[in-house]
Amino acid sequence: MKQLVILSGKGGTGKTSISASLIHLAAQNSKQLNPLFLDADVDAANLALLIDNTPIELHEFYGSKIAHIEQSSCIACGKCKTLCRFNAIDIKNNQFIIDPFACEGCQVCFDHCPTQAISMQENLAGHWYRSESKFGPFYHADLRPGQENSGKLISKIKSQAKQIGESNQHQLLIIDGPPGIGCPVISAISGASLALIVVEPSISGIHDMKRILETAHHFKIPAMVCINKADLNPERTAEIKAYCQSQELTVLAEIPFDPAITTAMKQNQPITQYQPNSKTSQAIQQLWLKLSNSLFQ
Amino acid sequence: MNIAIASGKGGTGKTTIATSLAHALAQTQISTQFYDCDVEAPNAHIFLHPSLTQEEKVELLIPQVNEEKCTSCGKCASVCQYNAILILGKPLIFPELCHSCGACLLACPESAITEVPKQIGKLASGFTPDHIHFHHGLLDIGQPMAVPIISELKQKLSSQSDHINIIDAPPGTSCPVVETIRNTDFVILVSEPNPFGLHDLKLAHQLIQELNLPAGLIINKDEPGFSQLEEYCRDNHLDILMRIPFKKEYSHQISEGKLLDQLDPTLNTQFTTLIKTIKNKIHQSKDSA
Repeated sequence: MKQLVILSGKGGTGKTSISASLIHLAAQNSKQLNPLFLDADVDAANLALLIDNTPIELHEFYGSKIAHIEQSSCIACGKCKTLCRFNAIDIKNNQFIIDPFACEGCQVCFDHCPTQAISMQENLAGHWYRSESKFGPFYHADLRPGQENSGKLISKIKSQAKQIGESNQHQLLIIDGPPGIGCPVISAISGASLALIVVEPSISGIHDMKRILETAHHFKIPAMVCINKADLNPERTAEIKAYCQSQELTVLAEIPFDPAITTAMKQNQPITQYQPNSKTSQAIQQLWLKLSNSLFQ
Repeated sequence: MNIAIASGKGGTGKTTIATSLAHALAQTQISTQFYDCDVEAPNAHIFLHPSLTQEEKVELLIPQVNEEKCTSCGKCASVCQYNAILILGKPLIFPELCHSCGACLLACPESAITEVPKQIGKLASGFTPDHIHFHHGLLDIGQPMAVPIISELKQKLSSQSDHINIIDAPPGTSCPVVETIRNTDFVILVSEPNPFGLHDLKLAHQLIQELNLPAGLIINKDEPGFSQLEEYCRDNHLDILMRIPFKKEYSHQISEGKLLDQLDPTLNTQFTTLIKTIKNKIHQSKDSA
């Protein structure tokens, strides 16, 4: 099974809108591909807002355990505070307490407390879902705000999707990725056949595109570029194309700025479904044809 | 005073607003410091043009095993909660998984473990032409952990009472955002009037309430046609601090690194008034606490 991951570095360049359209086109035009898809932006998951879906399975996701100090056993020796490298132990009203948002679950305080006043407590960090949609099986998750382990949660749903995908002869997994270049992106990109980088023609967009391209290169994942809102700044669009040419990177498509993408979002639809014949949808159809050629030929 | 700018969703205009606010403040002779905590994709320097004269490495301490002392007892691997140590005869360390908690060092009965620094990113700082003291962090390519860099960057916050620290947060609502907005005095949330903006605003607002921080909202790229955002604010007592209209011309100027307060004099006035509003809100929340 091939894996296509959509990334950008910078947030808000249109990853999810383009991912949803590609999922729609892959499902509609390529029945033999039997695609399935996944939202890897687990702390701001929006793909489910564009694809009508029904959750079939709901699973709990537990993150690192969180330390808790039992005040009746604590002798306030301060050893935990000295040993903790995450500044997760506060003193309030002469009591040592854990800041659950800072605790990384390393258990150093638990292992070294002389009075065993510290316990490690289960931490429900979020949920993940397997849903059905008319475009195929859909894996997604919600990480509770403020939680760690987004990378682990992404790995979890990816391994589930891969298992089902390979046993049921799905040919393609489409992954809507998170912004940035750190832990969640590394989880989303690992094992990908191709990374599609969505860039917008701005100085910031170009800066962050270079960082995500370097990240893809670092992990030896082939990458191609798509310029979104290309007509908002033709000079920067030209700069992106020149840069990609110098790096021997393919620019697959230039998608125009189109307020109808937001209108479609308000109707909970990908633009290719909402206005299949518009200039924007045609540009995304061309993008999909080129992507499927790159992936399967 | 520490003011963070956060959003949940990416690309709503956090950096545009944070840099414009800092720039407008600096024009009023207020001593302004800027901290770009989006260390995975930092962009504020593009708008504020600092000359970055100071640079320092951010390092994590990674265990190193003295194989002569090591008896392969496996205690280091058994205490490691991040699966960063594997015993294959001798311990094998996976630096990318290590959180630098020190558990293995404390557990080793032979004192065979020492720690060596490993670079994961850097900090840079300098002054902008408008005399803003500018700082940002940069995660090295291929490194997973942004939090230690944000944490080092926040060590640089100015504690002088008449200084204003503007802190630009990364997108999302997970650990890098928590590290950025923890212990700030006020959070400016930025959203745009559409379903994605609202969905992610709710998550960010939930986080801010759990952290017990005062906050208000700036609606960016404002246009009619999505009243749900305002309904949410009304029902959840989230004050709307400012509205910045959607204009294609703004988008083009911002894509060229221009600041909002320079594009439109009325926005400039609004940014300077915003600080007064925020100061009042901080006092109110302290009085009620």
